[in-house]
Amino acid sequence: MNGKIYLDNAATTEVHPDVLEAMLPYFKAQYGNPSSIHGMAKYAREARERARASVAELINAEPKEIYFTAGGTESDNWALKSVAFGNRSKGNHIIVSKIEHHAVMNTCEFLEKNGFEITYIDVDEFGIVDPDDVRKAIRPETTLISVMYANNEIGTIEPISEIGKIAREHGILFHTDAVQAFGHVHIDVKRENIDLLSASAHKLYGPKGAGALYVREGVKLEPLMHGGAQERGTRAGTENVPGIVGMGKAAEIAKRDMDERIAKETELRDHMICRILEEVPFTKLNGHSTRRLSGNVNIAFSFIEGESALMLLNHKGVFVSTGSACASGSLDPSHVLLAIGLKHETAHGSIRFTLSYKTTRGEVDEAVDAVKEAVGRLREMSPLYADHLKIGTNKTEV
Amino acid sequence: MYDGVYSAEVMDHFTNPRNVGEIEGASGVGTVGNAKCGDIMRIFLDIDEDHVIRDVKFKTFGCGAAVASSSMATEMVKGKTIEEALQITNKAVTKALGGLPQVKLHCSLLAEQAIHAALWDYAEKNGVVIEGLKKPKSDIGDHEDH
Repeated sequence: MNGKIYLDNAATTEVHPDVLEAMLPYFKAQYGNPSSIHGMAKYAREARERARASVAELINAEPKEIYFTAGGTESDNWALKSVAFGNRSKGNHIIVSKIEHHAVMNTCEFLEKNGFEITYIDVDEFGIVDPDDVRKAIRPETTLISVMYANNEIGTIEPISEIGKIAREHGILFHTDAVQAFGHVHIDVKRENIDLLSASAHKLYGPKGAGALYVREGVKLEPLMHGGAQERGTRAGTENVPGIVGMGKAAEIAKRDMDERIAKETELRDHMICRILEEVPFTKLNGHSTRRLSGNVNIAFSFIEGESALMLLNHKGVFVSTGSACASGSLDPSHVLLAIGLKHETAHGSIRFTLSYKTTRGEVDEAVDAVKEAVGRLREMSPLYADHLKIGTNKTEV
Repeated sequence: MYDGVYSAEVMDHFTNPRNVGEIEGASGVGTVGNAKCGDIMRIFLDIDEDHVIRDVKFKTFGCGAAVASSSMATEMVKGKTIEEALQITNKAVTKALGGLPQVKLHCSLLAEQAIHAALWDYAEKNGVVIEGLKKPKSDIGDHEDH
């Protein structure tokens, strides 16, 4: 192993050195509780508010529309449960896409158990939601539409402004899980008619355990946590000040560097996709070629199973992730890959590579070489590949 | 990352699998599993007139545990008589691998089934009856769920 090549940045990222530096004082010298009355609270409070402004600025929101949470999952839970229960007298119907993250999917399952009706909207072969399908699913009792900004597995960027427009026209609240998009894509909550938006710090070179929920002014927010008066009485519990400061700093850097990061990552992403598709036979890109997060590469490799590929790559110091069931302990592969129409066996052989602003061309090339070797080796021992070569069957082809 | 999940034996048999390949004109070939579920195992046996397994090869589509189970199972049946091979259970394969995670136990079962399927194929081709051997219940595409 020459070193590690980390291509799992959609799972989590390395904290940016400036972010870490910004956080450190709030563990030591400025450890005050923002709710205290004395002098120690002042700096913590001010730091929290600066962070709120940075987060707001990144998505063109107002600082008072930002509520800090413990991460994307909490933000998703809060948004869905708050709108669902808070508008129960108006209706009990919610519309979401079929490729939402489990934080939304499993919250929907919980809401279904509590008497809500959920419509799950199909996506096309690229993972794109058709806004017209959303429009058709609207009923008089619909209170919420939730469609993710960009998908965590295949990187597809959804037509958020079109869906936002439809929701606004119908007077329905629109939430977007922007955990993968926040700071990676230009988001404008005003222009895109977004009422609620979930964000996380650790997907953006910030710390784990820090996130935010944007709630447009005028939208009623029910508390998820009951207790103290933090976040204007909507989210009780002493704030994770260092985490919030880290999120603010990460947002500030993202605002400054986003265009440069997107340009660099897009070039490397496309280089990686081209090399794999050209140099490894029986492969297919999962997701859309251009309407895609700049750091996301997801490839289906026929005749092999993802977990074993992951293990071989791990052995070479290349860290990736897979949609195969074998990596998750269940027999069903990723719901996202099945939703875009992949066969089970192809979904089992899909691998996700996610880049960061630090990823180099040398790392990408080394990773592709390792992939070629791993895939070649696994195909050599694959009965599906042997059958394909013998019979030329189309049965297992992508 | 996998150090805490798989034993050293599993890692060894996964990274250096024994007996990978095919046998031309094998005495018996058995394929079990289902691509839909992410595991397919195929075992080739070369059995001599004294009912001894002279050679064995495998091909597997599946996770690390499936590859390691195939590799270990082939090592365990090599040089054994048919009767001895029949006694090798999924538990024995799991034990020899130093254990498998709960969710991967079906991989060792697949290895046992693949050997039985190959023995069944041999018995059918040669018109012999192997006592205690049942017709393999699963083959490619035979089942949608397991």
